[in-house]
Amino acid sequence: MRDETMVARQGVQALEQAFARAREEGRAALITYLTMGYPKPEAALELVPALEAGGADIVELGVPFSDPVADGPAIQRASYLALQAGMTPARCLAQVARLREAGVRVPLLLMGYYNPIFHYGERAYVRDCRQAGADGLIVPDLPPEEADELMDACRQEGLALVFLAAPTTGPERLREIAGRSTGFLYVLSRLGTTGAERRFDMEELRRRLAEVRRASPIPVAVGFGVSTPEQARALVGLADGIIVGSAVVERAVDGAAALREYVAGLRAALRQ
Amino acid sequence: MRKVDIDQLPDARGYFGPYGGRFVPETLIAPLQELEEAYRQVKEDGAFWEEYRALLHDYVGRPTPVTYARRLTEACGGARIWLKREDLAHTGAHKINNALGQALLAKRMGKTRLIAETGAGQHGVAVATAAALLGLECTIYMGSEDMRRQQPNVLRMRLLGAEVRPVDAGSRTLKDAINEALRDWSFHLQDTHYLLGSALGPHPYPRLVRDFQRVIGEEARAQMLEQAGRLPDVLVACVGGGSNAIGLFHAFLQDPVEMVGVEAGGADIASGRHAARFADPQRGRVGILHGVKTYVLQDAHGQILNTHSISAGLDYPAVGPEHALLHDIGRVRYTHVGDDEALAAFRALARLEGILPALESAHALAEAMRLAAARPAEHIILVNLSGRGDKDLDTVTQALQEELGA
Repeated sequence: MRDETMVARQGVQALEQAFARAREEGRAALITYLTMGYPKPEAALELVPALEAGGADIVELGVPFSDPVADGPAIQRASYLALQAGMTPARCLAQVARLREAGVRVPLLLMGYYNPIFHYGERAYVRDCRQAGADGLIVPDLPPEEADELMDACRQEGLALVFLAAPTTGPERLREIAGRSTGFLYVLSRLGTTGAERRFDMEELRRRLAEVRRASPIPVAVGFGVSTPEQARALVGLADGIIVGSAVVERAVDGAAALREYVAGLRAALRQ
Repeated sequence: MRKVDIDQLPDARGYFGPYGGRFVPETLIAPLQELEEAYRQVKEDGAFWEEYRALLHDYVGRPTPVTYARRLTEACGGARIWLKREDLAHTGAHKINNALGQALLAKRMGKTRLIAETGAGQHGVAVATAAALLGLECTIYMGSEDMRRQQPNVLRMRLLGAEVRPVDAGSRTLKDAINEALRDWSFHLQDTHYLLGSALGPHPYPRLVRDFQRVIGEEARAQMLEQAGRLPDVLVACVGGGSNAIGLFHAFLQDPVEMVGVEAGGADIASGRHAARFADPQRGRVGILHGVKTYVLQDAHGQILNTHSISAGLDYPAVGPEHALLHDIGRVRYTHVGDDEALAAFRALARLEGILPALESAHALAEAMRLAAARPAEHIILVNLSGRGDKDLDTVTQALQEELGA
């Protein structure tokens, strides 16, 4: 399915390529999320290829943390069980490396809270992410004003550091965040925590995305509360990418084949 | 030791030296900025502080007295022990000082609902009380394990009109209650103020809580000068997040007064069954929890550890950032007291002075008793008796079952 003539790149460029490819195909990019280590320690090794085969353009891999304050019940539970089963940041990186060895080419973003990264050592973590074959990081509890060290490390290693914009983010701050984010900007569709059970206000989001467009040319992906092909379709033309997280995590127990089918359904909905 | 002008801290980014800051999801940045701005405005507003002080005086019953503990002093056989009686404040603990201050601020901000976490239940009761007094809605998050061991406070909160929501995640204690309160807040920013109960969390909370608790030390300083004729030699306070301790210490920071913060030693340090961030360098390392960079009990992979203490109010893996700085510069000495020693101090105060202390405060008391025995009779040790022990009767009864014939 991929354009084999394109040189495989890593980091910011791999993400840019993913968005460019989707744009060329006249659709939004599909970004799906999985919590690593759920429902079993090595689940990602089967599920990530399924996401890729189903048509995900980018995959976010959740590095589980004990206190995920930005997450709703589905990801909280998955994180808890993954930790109980012995998942660690180092094991997550080892699995990323195995996915690459197995030929997975979809850009991989590690999404994880700040404390384990700080504990690992920011520069060492980013270096090991690159060596494992990851393309970037999302750190939901690290706002740009506290992120100098991590931004610098990512810049050095050529990895993306994706920042988030919330409905509460004012215009000035929005410009600043968009300016610092690399790869794309993660725009939250609504207030609150992750989860498919809470919907967002489409009109509000439409206004919001127009504001983001005025602030920066960076690709924009919308997440939080997106779970159905209908919702995904409604966002086509407004966003460069849509992010589906909790709904994928909830289906992780159904196995690789079911997940692939679900993702393919979302992907089909993104055609204009 | 270099003298630190700590009155100037935190800095504009909310840092006390290397500790503090604001590590929260983007959604919470704006409400924290709004809170910071609202506080900046009332800081210079005489009418706000007048209203606050009037409530402390007429409603809370401040100033709370200082009491010379004569029989306890005799039993220890050394330095004189004085108690700052926060247990006599309305609702039975120092928590009400901060709850009323922030509730007034929330009202000024036009908020109609308060949410809060609680461990021992004292902060939850204080917030429920402030909400009832000021006509605000109130939701309290409490770990289900804490609800079990602090049942009387759960009933009190409900009687005061608050909804108490059990938190079943993680260790089912204070840490998990804070997670859930932060999540609630991220959905309901417009009408809700998150009334954080200790001197921790993201900027501006550590400063806000300290400023509203500073009254403890201001009163105590004046009272000691008047009643004992001089400043105490040593201050002792327990440190969970650290609000009662910072409240007592702050007014004395520029004085030649020793200060001791007492963490929960739990069962023992080696096993990890404790909540002593400074006492266990293997687990207590600088990290980030609940929006703030400080000492945090964590495992080898940066996962936050479950803590243990007989006192729910000290059962928390992080310490307030100002304490982290005071620790590093050596201005305050931090030590720890285990479950058993705290229980012994609880009993001693009950039998010798007719006061049932909160189990949290009993940790400070135990350290004061150790110190008193080692110090000369002319020394004065002032202990912050941060709360009363009625809420702990079940826990204490269980722990002392044989002796009490229960």
